[in-house]
Amino acid sequence: MVKEYILLIIGAVLVNNFVLSRILGICPFLGVSKRLDTAMGMGAAVIFVMTLSGFVTSWCDKYILVRYNLEYLRTIFFILVIAGLVQVVEVLLKRFSSTLYSALGIYLPLITTNCAVLGSAIICATEEEFMGRIFKSTVFCFASAVGFALALVLFSSVRERLELSKIPRSFQGPAIALVTAGILAMAFTGFAGLGS
Amino acid sequence: MIDIVMMTGTGILLGLAIGLVVRYFGVPEDPLVESLNELMPGANCGGCGLAGCSDYANAMATGRAKPGLCPVMSAEAVAKCCELLGVESDTSEPKIAVVCCSGDDNHAAKQAFYNGVNDCLNAMLVAGGAKGCTYGCLGLGSCARACPFGAIEMLPNHLAKIHADLCTGCGKCYMACPRNVIKLVPRSAAKVHVYCNSPEKATVKKNVCKAACIGCRKCARTAEEGQIVMNGFLASINYDNPPAEEIVETCPTKCLRKAE
Repeated sequence: MVKEYILLIIGAVLVNNFVLSRILGICPFLGVSKRLDTAMGMGAAVIFVMTLSGFVTSWCDKYILVRYNLEYLRTIFFILVIAGLVQVVEVLLKRFSSTLYSALGIYLPLITTNCAVLGSAIICATEEEFMGRIFKSTVFCFASAVGFALALVLFSSVRERLELSKIPRSFQGPAIALVTAGILAMAFTGFAGLGS
Repeated sequence: MIDIVMMTGTGILLGLAIGLVVRYFGVPEDPLVESLNELMPGANCGGCGLAGCSDYANAMATGRAKPGLCPVMSAEAVAKCCELLGVESDTSEPKIAVVCCSGDDNHAAKQAFYNGVNDCLNAMLVAGGAKGCTYGCLGLGSCARACPFGAIEMLPNHLAKIHADLCTGCGKCYMACPRNVIKLVPRSAAKVHVYCNSPEKATVKKNVCKAACIGCRKCARTAEEGQIVMNGFLASINYDNPPAEEIVETCPTKCLRKAE
């Protein structure tokens, strides 16, 4: 039981990293990775939203969609639920925890319909091992989000370092960022087989 | 049938939930910020130096920024902002952008045939684009695409033209131009301009452009002291003390012209 969850977390954080091996959530990965502090804010927001949405969508999937044979509505239903959920959470956060609200800031509404958030919900709904298991799905979503945050923080640190280095003119900007992302993804393939 | 009912129901329920949460838990926005926001032009051009209009409104309300930084706002709107904030108005002179080049295809000599990406910065990287003059307008319209107000027209003979009635002086084109051909000048003084940007010697300029400023100093001698200053081989208008419009008669190459 405990072993199963440890393996699940290691698998989601390192082996099947959302960004670097599933290639989901690339837009924030490239967009908000210029500075370490914004990357940390974004990572925190993703962990928060993805855990919450993983719980809510797997609950909705089990008790609404599967029960009434509406599995084909999954994508649009999940988008609707996640977007609504994040709106509510944002208002509540602003009211009850302004420090957390200002820390997550604009990243919270930004990731409502992010592909990583939706992707984790769909993986939980369609893959055999998560079907109908709400707690396991939630843990998986949390671990995936931690993996996303880890990749984002690593990559933004690399990019901060790149700012200071002499880069050939034709490689400057997005070109060197994409090359670096590729190398980082290759480094993460080293985790393949870990825990199996 | 059940799918339609379910999706509609979920939508309505979520809408209601958000509405109720906002109604009972929402934090009311500062009325000061709201009324400042209404005075904003809403173009989000970033000309004030902050991230968009609502950010500027927020910054003004919290005292992080002064009113009058927005180059687009009318003087009345700035005055109203000052009134709302209870501070002395400190208005900046409204500006207008000018393309200081007359080198369209009829005047500027071509050095090459450029058929690359239709963007000035790209043309700059490839040996300086099609025209022979390396200071003039590249004519590929990066400024026109950067303009949030549609005030820049690209003439078919590769020269940017600014429509003064639409230009708000936000400075986006000024930032977008890789050649710094576009200048921001005070609107009230924008009567006469030197439509040339090249500091090269007259012989060099003459070879690449028929409408270049050849540095003959005729205008500078005719105008009153200090109204036109010579920057090397290029005449430039002193916009703090602009010359009379009649001065354009003196220019032999017609690069000194009235504002269009």
